[in-house]
Amino acid sequence: MNGALSTATIVAALVLAVWYLVRTALDRAPDPIDLIAAVVLGVLTAVLVVVAVAGLFDGARPADTGTFAGYLVTTAGLVPTAVILAKMEPTRWGNLILGVGCLVLPVLVLRLQQIASVTVA
Amino acid sequence: MPEKTPSETTVRPADAALGSGIGRVLLLVYGVFALSASARALVQITTHFSEAPLAYLLSAFAGLIYITATVGLARGGPTGRRTALISCTIELIGVLVIGTLSVVDSGDFPDATVWSNFGSGYGYVPLVLPFVGLWWIWRHKPAS
Repeated sequence: MNGALSTATIVAALVLAVWYLVRTALDRAPDPIDLIAAVVLGVLTAVLVVVAVAGLFDGARPADTGTFAGYLVTTAGLVPTAVILAKMEPTRWGNLILGVGCLVLPVLVLRLQQIASVTVA
Repeated sequence: MPEKTPSETTVRPADAALGSGIGRVLLLVYGVFALSASARALVQITTHFSEAPLAYLLSAFAGLIYITATVGLARGGPTGRRTALISCTIELIGVLVIGTLSVVDSGDFPDATVWSNFGSGYGYVPLVLPFVGLWWIWRHKPAS
């Protein structure tokens, strides 16, 4: 797992989570800027996942490769799913959907790092 | 998409779908738990089932309940509402019973299901979720 990229993803997700929760509290529906910010986070996550997949082919594999792959798929799919649901929900709750997604993402990335740290040669 | 004003976004029609508004937020959270609980059970059952068969079957059961609740919320209507109501109730009983058993008798329950220790491994979200779910379904009673 790429440490710097993981940290950047986690920090970006947490900052955005605060932003979306404030937007929810202010009773605002997601506007284009909210959605674009989520898409940017999704792209950052996609880069992280691609780098992690590439890492599977050179170097030590996680001992629990199956679980690692499962978490990679979930991580890749989470933000796009949240964006689609948020676009279907043009109310304050749309922003809460994005906020929840941004709170779940750091957990997934931390779990990926934990699983990746136990390797087999 | 123009910015909605607060007055536009807070008024919720009585016949709005179960899976919209807060329901759509619940849909995402239930979806995440449906996936993580089932995936966890799948890994447990396929790799080391003999270690704790009961706990792993409970894992699979929990996954199934989350999937049913997600589908019920997404479908909506009388059937979807009933499905969600039943699965959220089972979920509440499950987290309370398994949570209590795992605290009282930790030997039989290694930290192996989403409901162990009242879901402490998942930030206690599994404990809070059925209450929020039931509240939402209750609030969404059919008008008649």
